[in-house]
Amino acid sequence: MTLSVDIRKRMGEFLLDVRFEAENEVLALLGSSGCGKSVTLKCVAGVMAPDEGRIVLDGRVLFDSREGIDLAPQERGVGLLFQNYALFPNMTVAGNILSVLRRERRDRRREKLAALLETFYLQGLESHYPSQLSGGQQQRVALARILASEPGLIMLDEPLSALDSYLRWQLETELVRLLERFEGTTLYVSHNRSEVYRICRRVCVMHQGLSEPVCDVAALFERPGTLAAALLSGCKNYSRTERIDTHTVLAMDWGIPLTCGAAVPEDARYIGVRAHYFSLCDGPGENAFVCAVQRVAEDVFETILTVRPKTAEPGRTTANIRIERPKEAVRGIREGDEVWVAVRPKDVMPLRH
Amino acid sequence: MDLFPLYNSLRVAAISTVITFFTGIAAAYYIAKTPRVVKGVLDCVLTLPMVLPPTVVGFFLLKTIGPLGPVGSRVLELFGAKLVMVWYSAIFATTIVTFPLMYRTVRGAFEAFDETLLYSGQTLGLSNTYLFWRVMMPNCKQGILAGTVLAFARALGEYGATTMVTGYIPGRTATISTTVYQLWREGNDILAYKWVAINLIISAAVLVAVNMLENRYRQPRSAAKDILSDEEGVGVP
Repeated sequence: MTLSVDIRKRMGEFLLDVRFEAENEVLALLGSSGCGKSVTLKCVAGVMAPDEGRIVLDGRVLFDSREGIDLAPQERGVGLLFQNYALFPNMTVAGNILSVLRRERRDRRREKLAALLETFYLQGLESHYPSQLSGGQQQRVALARILASEPGLIMLDEPLSALDSYLRWQLETELVRLLERFEGTTLYVSHNRSEVYRICRRVCVMHQGLSEPVCDVAALFERPGTLAAALLSGCKNYSRTERIDTHTVLAMDWGIPLTCGAAVPEDARYIGVRAHYFSLCDGPGENAFVCAVQRVAEDVFETILTVRPKTAEPGRTTANIRIERPKEAVRGIREGDEVWVAVRPKDVMPLRH
Repeated sequence: MDLFPLYNSLRVAAISTVITFFTGIAAAYYIAKTPRVVKGVLDCVLTLPMVLPPTVVGFFLLKTIGPLGPVGSRVLELFGAKLVMVWYSAIFATTIVTFPLMYRTVRGAFEAFDETLLYSGQTLGLSNTYLFWRVMMPNCKQGILAGTVLAFARALGEYGATTMVTGYIPGRTATISTTVYQLWREGNDILAYKWVAINLIISAAVLVAVNMLENRYRQPRSAAKDILSDEEGVGVP
């Protein structure tokens, strides 16, 4: 099972240009809201048409602007789980699932319904209406309904973002279990990096309508490559840079030279450092610099320090550095203090624009 | 007391309501899909009868379906049938006047309808016909019923355009509204009051029906879920 997508669509000022391939896997589309993730899914599902490009699922051409192919959504065999689950409010749980099975023979229909109700823990809820169900139950009905249509591809549009955090964790666990039973390709759209990190192996980052090459989730977090990917992967500190040599850059916003573990590409315009990778040190050393502490904020399990390098470009707000350390590591530090901050060369990530 | 006007009014209103029911829904459905400019123009044209004086509608109608009008003369020639001054002339008048009520109410309901329900149905392999009748219509039931009842009530009360195309022929074209006018002109207050009472009862019943429909469907629907903000990733640096 493979999915190959290569489409472009213009919507006013916004240009969507997406390219990725997915194997028999759970591929994540990661991007902030408004980056075109949902539109991409709708184009693959066939409820929206791209201006040009090609979409192929398992060798079947779903859309090809050059050959004039544009299959109706009904013919595509693509399941799309909407953010609001889109259950038919006028039908019961059983009615929702049976609507998809209505072309089956009567006995097969009963059998399939029973099997789906069991798999998705919906027994006893058959005659409930969607408005009588919890968010989690609604999601299970929606998934059951999608699987009833036997799709070759399942697409999940922010399936967990409408839930509060406790329920979300429960549902995520269930979702992962259910996805494991599905044999086709799954596209998992999210703006939440942690979710993607836990659920998917590979990820395609989207930024302002453009997709970046698909990469391993682990690689995205270790070497994000671009500023957009770094920010999406949760990197909180970045600075414009000037490349000095293969392993050294000048972080312009911070006014300090930094050594990078990895070779700095010619076209690197930024460096990023994750908030957990800055540490406090006693004095000068490699990649160490002196900062003024601007704010000390106690979080649940750690302390967040906002510091500003003494050499920072005046007036530049992005020059502030966010450091997250275990509480005991920074005990006694107060606002206005002067501290030495260091980062290991391997934790300095050169980034392209 | 001759009850013909009651019978005639109900018959005219019922038939024109059936016509506006289908044409109004079809117009609302297809016009919602047209580009914005086309939609604006059609919307304006189709709503005009609601704001025009009924006499203007009647005037246009007479000029079209009258014995000398382009449509009226053709029908007279082909079928030997008159389109004005007969009982069914009122159907043309009431249909045109009530159409915008149906069209606008249904269009409002269609616009409020969550399109993702159609999208998800399509991706599940359900035909557009099935989705229209089994998903869209039931979920827009309130607006459609309200539009129908309003159209019926308006058809029952139509006077201006009706009187111009049907005149007042007792036992042939008389409706409640034209009868009340005629009785008042004759100074027959007692009979006029009776018809006024009948009209009041019917109108009140219709309004009660509309209110009951509105209350019945104003149940709390599952509120649109707000997208919760990105939770800070604990455990991933």
